Amino acid sequence: MLKLTRQIEEAIRKAGADAYPNECCGILFGKEDGDDHVVTSLRAIENARESGEQYHRFLITAEDMMQAELEARKLGLEIVGFYHSHPDHPARPSDYDREHALPFYSYIILRVAEGKSEQMTSWRLQLSRDAFDSESFVVEP
Amino acid sequence: MSVTILIPTALRSFVDRKSEVEVEGGTVSEALASLATQYPDLKHQIYEDDVKLRGFVNVFVEGTNIKKLNGLETALAEGATVMLVPAIAGGC
Repeated sequence: MLKLTRQIEEAIRKAGADAYPNECCGILFGKEDGDDHVVTSLRAIENARESGEQYHRFLITAEDMMQAELEARKLGLEIVGFYHSHPDHPARPSDYDREHALPFYSYIILRVAEGKSEQMTSWRLQLSRDAFDSESFVVEP
Repeated sequence: MSVTILIPTALRSFVDRKSEVEVEGGTVSEALASLATQYPDLKHQIYEDDVKLRGFVNVFVEGTNIKKLNGLETALAEGATVMLVPAIAGGC
C-alpha cells in the first residue's frame, strides 16, 4: 500500500495539470513501513525528454537521481517511488513504462484529460518484470 | 583499496537491506565485481552479462558520472564513494 497526504496528492495533481499537454514527473521521498510506502515529501523534476517527445514520455536524468539520492540520505529518507502524468491517456502503465521500471518502487500515474487532473493510480513492477501490480493507496489529511 | 558503494532503495533487497557496502577495488569495474561476488543475487540485477552493466544502471564516483571519467576503468582512491543510480523513464 502507498500512503500519502492530501497536500502531496494535490501537488501531483497540480503538476500534472500545469505540465499538460506534456507529461510531468517527480520523485517520492518517504519511508518503508513493512510492505507499505509512506510518502512524506516529493521533488518535482523537470522532464528531461526532448520537447517534442514530452507529450508521451518523461525522463529523470541520472544526475537528478543522484542528487535526489543524496538529498534523501541527508534527510534520513528513502526514494520510495515516482510520479508522472498521462495526458489524455488512461492512468495505467504502458509497455514503455514497464520496460523502464524497476521492482520495489511505487509508480503513481495521473490521468490528465484536456488539462484537468482525473484518476490517480499507483503500481509496482513484479520481480519478473512481466507486469505491474496495482497498488492500493490511501490519502490522509 | 577499500571503497564504499551507496545502494539505491530498489536494489537493497539484494544486499541484506544495506544502504551502503564496503568493498575492495582499485577501479569501478573491480569494485562492482567485488560487490557482485559478495551478493550474487545483485549481479543479475545490475549486469547484462559478466562485464556489461544494464542500461538503467548509472555509476557516479564522488558525484561525477563515470561516463565523464574513464568509464568502468575509472580509478578509485582509498575511501572513495561510488553510487549506483538507476535511470528513470516512462510514458503513455
